[in-house]
Amino acid sequence: MTNILFIEQLLNGIQFGTMLFLMSAGLTLIFGVMGLINLAHGSFYMIGAFCAALVAGLTGSFWLALGASLCGAAIAGVLIEILIIRRLYRRDHLDQVLATFALILLLSEGVRWYFGAFPLYLSIPESLNGTIPIFEEIIYSKYRLFIILMGFLIAIGLYILITKTRLGIRIRAGQNDREMISALGVDISKLYTVVFALGASLAGLSGALIGAIQSVEVGMGEPILILAFVVIVIGGIGSIKGAFIGSILVGVTDTLGRVFLPDLLKIFIEPSYATSIGSSIGSMLIYILMALILIIKPSGLFGKS
Amino acid sequence: MKRLTTTLAALMIMTSSSIFADGHQLKVGMITTLSGGGSGLGIDVRDGFMLAIKGNQKISVIVKDDQRKPDIAVQLADKMIQSDKVDVLTGIIWSNLAMAVVPAAVNQGKFYLSPNAGPSQLAGKGCHENYFNVAWQNDNLHEAAGGYANSAGFKNSFILAPNYPAGKDALTGYKRFFKGKLAGEVYTKLGQKDYAAEIAQIRASGADSVFFFLPGGMGIGFMKQFSQSGIKIPVVGPAFSFDQGILKAVGDAALGVKNTSQWSKDIDNPANKKFVSDFQSEYGRLPSLYASQGYDTGKLLISAMVNAKIDDKDKFRDELRKANFSSTRGKFSFDKNHHPIQDIYVREVIKEGKTLTNKIVSVGLKDHSNVYVAECKM
Repeated sequence: MTNILFIEQLLNGIQFGTMLFLMSAGLTLIFGVMGLINLAHGSFYMIGAFCAALVAGLTGSFWLALGASLCGAAIAGVLIEILIIRRLYRRDHLDQVLATFALILLLSEGVRWYFGAFPLYLSIPESLNGTIPIFEEIIYSKYRLFIILMGFLIAIGLYILITKTRLGIRIRAGQNDREMISALGVDISKLYTVVFALGASLAGLSGALIGAIQSVEVGMGEPILILAFVVIVIGGIGSIKGAFIGSILVGVTDTLGRVFLPDLLKIFIEPSYATSIGSSIGSMLIYILMALILIIKPSGLFGKS
Repeated sequence: MKRLTTTLAALMIMTSSSIFADGHQLKVGMITTLSGGGSGLGIDVRDGFMLAIKGNQKISVIVKDDQRKPDIAVQLADKMIQSDKVDVLTGIIWSNLAMAVVPAAVNQGKFYLSPNAGPSQLAGKGCHENYFNVAWQNDNLHEAAGGYANSAGFKNSFILAPNYPAGKDALTGYKRFFKGKLAGEVYTKLGQKDYAAEIAQIRASGADSVFFFLPGGMGIGFMKQFSQSGIKIPVVGPAFSFDQGILKAVGDAALGVKNTSQWSKDIDNPANKKFVSDFQSEYGRLPSLYASQGYDTGKLLISAMVNAKIDDKDKFRDELRKANFSSTRGKFSFDKNHHPIQDIYVREVIKEGKTLTNKIVSVGLKDHSNVYVAECKM
């Protein structure tokens, strides 16, 4: 019985992790290539979810909605990069933090002004509703399995993009030496726009995927953004591989900690206290993990020292 | 530029003096959640309150957004008390914010009328003569849910709530009335949206029913994920997760769920009928229970102003205590600790045409007060 529960929770952790990966991949790319701290990354998550809810409401199709989340967030990304972000690359990190924080406020209020303060409806397609037996007694939600698959496919896609394509070579070159590649004739500002839009669209996609099982509302991106920052700090800033491993690590630690810590504590202390204290420590666990990793490897698991 | 400033200043003096000429007798400071997660609740309370006092020249209101953050709520309250000189404070949605603001405000001689949060601390030992709760004591709706669970024959409930004061009150309230066993008891993180881990625990626990208290957007995720999980046991909860603002986002996953509430749009009395139709014509949407609470708070305030001036605090307090207004809930009075005595209903989520809404099924608890009255020395 507990084995089944453990495996199901492990899958939940991995699913949470793959979703975090979609967020943190963009964040870490943008930081790695452009040196920009983008606090407004969570707003693209929200924009993606709202685009999806809008298109799903109009057409009734979940798959069109997913497409809309990708396109909507990418278009928003391009516009915001050209109009605002472009002016921030040469500034120091404090200016970037202030400006992108202002963007969060503007985008959140803008979305509230247009859509209202109440959560919107977005649901999963009928074909992914319900559960599926994986192995003997273990049954798991089809939709969550779909999120895990999407996450892994996108991770592989990003890996191929970064290591095997011309764009990927430029991105890596941009990470290493900005001046040199612009001297070699690469249009650096176009490259920046493409990377920013790529990051934004991944965030938008994860917003739509998650919005369908949670809620589509203003301010939904900020809690995830904090976790995404934890992930890229753990994984090493700028490293896609680090973001992937960090995401899974954070997802699994958070899920298993929240579930099993109260039970573990019940062995030592009174059950009612154990539930309360266990849940509190459970929600701190990923930050403790981050602190421990930073003590051992100050630049993160795969960061350049 | 200079002329513009002078004109503006003159304009401001004129408008402010005209306020006094109009004879505003009372200044209300409303601190509520208008942005970020959970802002739907604050907006409903504000709109309900404003509807109740619409056209009333004697009341002026300052509304400020607390962003659901205790530190901001405290700052706003200090500013309203010290520089805006308000007489009455109201509006707070969340119990952790109420705990941060209310004790200091009432100790400075201000009245606080709670349109939502009703933490047990403020009903029992921490009760205060200037604190009135117009909504409910936090435990109330959950107690009714526990009572309903008995009558529905549930024997083994799995219960969950967020880890904050109102969450603890919720589970305590349910356990106080529920006579069966508990298959599990879980505190989730406040603001959590993903319940995969908890749903897996429910599946493994062998429970025959689930009770949950997850207000605002938290409940949307839970209901959707629970209905997708294929677990077929009944769910019961307080109205907060099945209210008008939220049902639309939950969708058909909520159909048929029983929930408990002190208010419903189909309560049959003239005050409620007027409220529901006025609210719809004013704001173009159906009211929620939060809106009804804001509305009742406004009506209570107006009722106290008929026979008392705010300067005479003792007289004003006595008038508030009488609760001499027609509540949207029908019968309404205050117990000794200034919390309501009222009926709590069991509702069911139904579909009216294409709109999801609630219908009263039965009265869960009649003339229900709260258990903390005895602890309150007032």
